[in-house]
Amino acid sequence: MERDPRVCVMGEDVGHYGGSYKVTKGLAEKYGDLRVLDTPIAENSFTGMGIGAAMTGLRPIVEGMNMGFLLLAFNQISNNCGMLHYTSGGQFTIPIVIRGPGGVGRQLGAEHSQRLESYFQSIPGIQMVACSTPYNAKGLMKAAIRSENPVILFEHVLLYNLKERIPDEEYVLSLEEAEMVRPGEHVTILTYSRMRYHVMQAAKTLVNKGYDPEVIDIRSLKPFDLYTIGCSVKKTHRVLIVEECMRTGGIGASLTAAITENFHDYLDAPIVCLSSQDVPTPYAGTLEEWTVVQPAQIVTAVEQLCQ
Amino acid sequence: MSLSATKFVHPITTPPTSRSSDKPLFSTFFGSNHTKLRFNKPIVAAQRRSSSAASTSFSPVVAVSSDVVKEKKLKSASNLLITKEEGLVLYEDMILGRFFEDMCAQMYYRGKMFGFVHLYNGQEAVSTGFIKLLKKEDYVVSTYRDHVHALSKGVPAREVMSELFGKATGCCRGQGGSMHMFSKEYNLLGGFAFIGEGIPVATGAAFSSKYRREVLKEPGADEVTLAFFGDGTCNNGQFYECLNMAALWKLPIVFVVENNLWAIGMSHLRATSDPQIWKKGPAFGMPGVHVDGMDVLKVREVAKEAIERARRGEGPTLVECETYRFRGHSLADPDELRDPAEKAHYAGRDPITAFKKYLFDNKLASEQELKAIDKKIDELLDDAVEFADESPLPPRSQLLENVFADPKGFGIGADGKYRCEDPKFTQGTAHV
Repeated sequence: MERDPRVCVMGEDVGHYGGSYKVTKGLAEKYGDLRVLDTPIAENSFTGMGIGAAMTGLRPIVEGMNMGFLLLAFNQISNNCGMLHYTSGGQFTIPIVIRGPGGVGRQLGAEHSQRLESYFQSIPGIQMVACSTPYNAKGLMKAAIRSENPVILFEHVLLYNLKERIPDEEYVLSLEEAEMVRPGEHVTILTYSRMRYHVMQAAKTLVNKGYDPEVIDIRSLKPFDLYTIGCSVKKTHRVLIVEECMRTGGIGASLTAAITENFHDYLDAPIVCLSSQDVPTPYAGTLEEWTVVQPAQIVTAVEQLCQ
Repeated sequence: MSLSATKFVHPITTPPTSRSSDKPLFSTFFGSNHTKLRFNKPIVAAQRRSSSAASTSFSPVVAVSSDVVKEKKLKSASNLLITKEEGLVLYEDMILGRFFEDMCAQMYYRGKMFGFVHLYNGQEAVSTGFIKLLKKEDYVVSTYRDHVHALSKGVPAREVMSELFGKATGCCRGQGGSMHMFSKEYNLLGGFAFIGEGIPVATGAAFSSKYRREVLKEPGADEVTLAFFGDGTCNNGQFYECLNMAALWKLPIVFVVENNLWAIGMSHLRATSDPQIWKKGPAFGMPGVHVDGMDVLKVREVAKEAIERARRGEGPTLVECETYRFRGHSLADPDELRDPAEKAHYAGRDPITAFKKYLFDNKLASEQELKAIDKKIDELLDDAVEFADESPLPPRSQLLENVFADPKGFGIGADGKYRCEDPKFTQGTAHV
């Protein structure tokens, strides 16, 4: 925001409240109420407003207080955000960033635990990225703001408290690249967002059992980084996808299709996809735990895959 | 007038009844019980709105309404609202709109134009009345009935016609079509197919304007945005959400309702609990004005005030224009529900005929001058059709070209290079 005065933020409680997860804390005091705009509760309209502002020269960042609320903005995100550059014959660019916390939290109930990446992935003309560490959160956010394309940045409700040492100097990550978390030889595990941590936990167990998993955080949910993924598949010949989306129509489903289409010859076994259960996330703690993929399931899946 | 036997709905010929809603007028009429819109009597305003009204209080409402052909009552000493030059500009713009739409109908039935085409015949006074007051930098946001808004804003007829034919020389390279007219040069922000979805975009453009003035401190940043939409949209959430935000932040926007009484086959009265849309402005803290949308000079008068108000930074205005579309909702609409008597009533109030009469009566133009303009527009349109006919269709390589402003968005391919770097990528032969 300091570098480019056209960058502005809009969303519910982003200003005086500092953001529901304090992501925009302190910004309103520094930049004023117009640059950090507290909007009324009207997701469809303020997202559309952000799109109109982006078309006319600003670089807005629209926050969904919870990603799930952006379901109300689906009209604007699908029709206008994704499509206006195309239907205007390239005349208008929409350099907007739409971001917010999503994913399954701690007993937040079904509607506050949604994974919108699977709903948005078919929209042409948008890019989707998911951050998972403080380092890639900052780098991806900068990249998203500077991109001329509309970008949806998925944060996770349970990852805001992570602490990490990150460089002082400025760095920007690539929106289209995946991140190699742990190189290995036996199996490629593709994951993103919070499931990365479940995977790494499972990886510890797997290493103790003598396996050598390669863990890749795909980061870019749309488009997929087929190079990083492809190199890995060519090396290990076995793929496990671990995601928090539901099984039906999720990111994992698309990724499975993409890998099968592009790297079928390199696979020694069918791709295994571990996803959340196709249920509305229950409130009860035990049920919620069984909804998402747990490290023990990942360990079992790798063992079966590597037989 | 008969009750349940007829399938026609008469929004304007019902005599005004008492305001009580205990006994609906029609036994089968499931719609608004409010007194029917009274188009033949002016609605008396509580007090005249002045430009120095306190900014925090609700502005009193001014409603202007009267018949087109009656003489206009002017309060100032000067007799005429426009000069001869202005008159000719307005006439030419309305003729351009009317002839263009007629040409579209012809071309559609000849198989040159496809899909959903929504024509503007009858509503020209609104487009001309408002848009001819704008600067080039001001923004216009429209709906699917956008051809004439595009033309009024300055988009060349050739480019609009080409776009409708789906040719590569269209204003949107053939990628938008009838419902998605855009022009960066003339600041036409669309062309939207879903009703109401353009209003937030218009609000955003107005927000940009205010941002540029107050945050970026750009001198002379006073662009006004006009958002055009219909009566059906006024029951949509986005409309209300944007009225709220625009009034809250005093955005430089004018919400122009083109109330043509029908949303495809749904009469405004059957869909709206309180059909007087202008009243919804004060509910949000902005002036609401009702104007006779078949009279270009009345529209222009109201538009002038609303646009100047926005430019001064005093905030939005809601203007309801009572107008009518002479054709069906789209070229696919058989238009069987509307009462022929209603259509005849409005045909008698054709804005172009009325304006012609005004020009003649006030000696602003002669028959020959207007005929010369008619001829000029005819030739312009013949040229536009010829241009569109001869223009090339978009090639296969155009298919992927404008999906992303930054084509890196297509991602990294299996070979490690960005897909867009492959020279054959836009031909579509590279794997997508």
